Amino acid sequence: MNEQIDEQLPIIVAQDVHKWFGDFHALKGIDLEVNKGEVVVIFGPSGSGKSTFIRTLNRLEEHQQGRIIVDGIELSHDVRNIEKIRMETGMVFQQFNLFPHLSVLSNVTLAPIWVRKWKKQEAEEIGMELLERVGIPEQAQKYPGQLSGGQQQRVAIARALAMQPKIMLFDEPTSALDPEMIKEVLDVMIKLAESGMTMVVVTHEMGFARGVADRMYFFDEGLIVESGTPHEIFHDPQEDRTKLFLSQILKN
Amino acid sequence: MSTVINTQEEMRPPEPPGFKTWVRKNLFNSWLNSLLTIISLVLIYLVISGLVRWILTQADWEPVLKFPFLYLVGQYPRDQLWRVGLLLAIYSLMVGMSWRKWSGIMRVLSLTYAGFFVVLAFWPAPIPSLDLWMRAALLANLGIIALGYLIGGINRITPRILLIAWVFSLVISLLLLYGTPMLGILTVVSTNLWGGLLVTLLLAIGAIVLSFPLGVMLALGRRSSLPIIRIICTIFIEAIRGVPLISILFLFSLIMPLFLPTGMRIDRLMRALIGMTIFSSAYTAENVRGGLAAIPYGQTEAAKALGHSNFQITALIVLPQALRVVIPPIVGQFISLFKDTTLASGVAVLELLAVGRSILNSEPEYIGLQMEVYAFIAVVFWILSFMMSHASRHLESSLGVGER
Repeated sequence: MNEQIDEQLPIIVAQDVHKWFGDFHALKGIDLEVNKGEVVVIFGPSGSGKSTFIRTLNRLEEHQQGRIIVDGIELSHDVRNIEKIRMETGMVFQQFNLFPHLSVLSNVTLAPIWVRKWKKQEAEEIGMELLERVGIPEQAQKYPGQLSGGQQQRVAIARALAMQPKIMLFDEPTSALDPEMIKEVLDVMIKLAESGMTMVVVTHEMGFARGVADRMYFFDEGLIVESGTPHEIFHDPQEDRTKLFLSQILKN
Repeated sequence: MSTVINTQEEMRPPEPPGFKTWVRKNLFNSWLNSLLTIISLVLIYLVISGLVRWILTQADWEPVLKFPFLYLVGQYPRDQLWRVGLLLAIYSLMVGMSWRKWSGIMRVLSLTYAGFFVVLAFWPAPIPSLDLWMRAALLANLGIIALGYLIGGINRITPRILLIAWVFSLVISLLLLYGTPMLGILTVVSTNLWGGLLVTLLLAIGAIVLSFPLGVMLALGRRSSLPIIRIICTIFIEAIRGVPLISILFLFSLIMPLFLPTGMRIDRLMRALIGMTIFSSAYTAENVRGGLAAIPYGQTEAAKALGHSNFQITALIVLPQALRVVIPPIVGQFISLFKDTTLASGVAVLELLAVGRSILNSEPEYIGLQMEVYAFIAVVFWILSFMMSHASRHLESSLGVGER
């Protein structure tokens, strides 16, 4: 890709994105742009389409109308484009989705070896570096089932980073965790944000949003109700629905 | 910290109860249970003593003892028996090496295999062809197993190399048993002469080894997104599962030759093997399909998000997990397949049961000795089936089934 164009254009462009599940209109025209190095937080009530939207960005869900352009490549039915975009975007899931039959280190090195075609030794060196970065190098030879939820999610982050993606997508990364493990995962994400990674994060962790987000988007009923900087969202929300939702989750 | 350790030392689990306490608590804790215990003991005594008396004094084991080679290899030419012997020696070496490498799973298998040589070497009946030399050669296999055990300790021989060697020795076995018609080194022994345990094992191992990959492919095909492949696989599986094995065997042995071009012949044993393979593959496919369905879709999504191709997702992530889940049902299916090899006697394949039957029919004085022959055959089947389920249990625990 042309470096200059990369710098100028937003790395993610979504224009009028629509998605139906049967008759249910899940996304009703989402317009959203993310610049390189930005951290974007998407929040909203359940069923608002926020997870569906983040999953359209790497084509885990297909959008039926509108355009999505990631890193200069438009998502279409062209399989090669989808593969390219998936190599450039890492994703972290609510349920971790680690591969239970592989060791922690093999979880991290599988895609670099098979998709990027790196040598095993090279992949393992980088895999160990990443495990160190997320703070669990000593668990490398264990299996996911032997780790706590927080540790598993940190492995999942390392696994996504091993492909050296330009964008990281987080789909409610802390929602399945016990309260005492949320912090260790958020700390890793904060470090990642500070290192300049482009991140799209679906989360209800408002402390995280306040700390590292550049922009926040409030989703409800398949639409973006409101967007702005964290300061604007927290101190001066314009829409009643935003105010109501914020008051509900900040009370807890 | 030290106080915590101290309390742990003080708080020991209660001692397990002694034998007397255990007996009183579990067998004689009320007058009804005491009565049931006594009745059961009497019944067990009657059955076992009756069985032992029958085995030792009443039964006439002549039709079993007189024909060890018929039970083992059928009509395989006696002057070519050295080929079977060489085969056994190769397997002795392999078994010994595998014992060392995969200790847990191979221990009982290896000991049973060694036990076979001991039983045959001390076969309690004078058999002309089982002379002193042959008995010594059989015992020598114990030495070969021990040699294999020593060689298996060499680090250079990895499990992967051993696995390849096993596949290789299966191929060698066929060449050794059948002969090399093109090269002319070994004379061809027609499969019509093969029989007994040799044929039983050949049918079982052949059908298992061939039907497994076929079944996995059918299972994947049935889940394919391409409608044509899906429909063909579904029809195949459902058609085969709706038909009894014996009718498939008849179909292949009687009807298949009609469709072949004149002059081309597939021998009896091969036809039975094809029939059993196809029958078994349909059941394997359904078992594997169950395992595939048990893998959460999140696994596929995570792999997709990492950029894996569909082929990689199946081969590296979904299939390994699915196969692990289905080891118990698949081994169960293979055990019943092993016992179903007896049905091949219905299409004139002389497997173990058919050999037993033909021995019974060979002499008028064997009339009325069915019990002895069938009991012997049942014990042979039981030992082999037990080994299979034993191996499967070890495989499950070493692969960590259920610890996800």
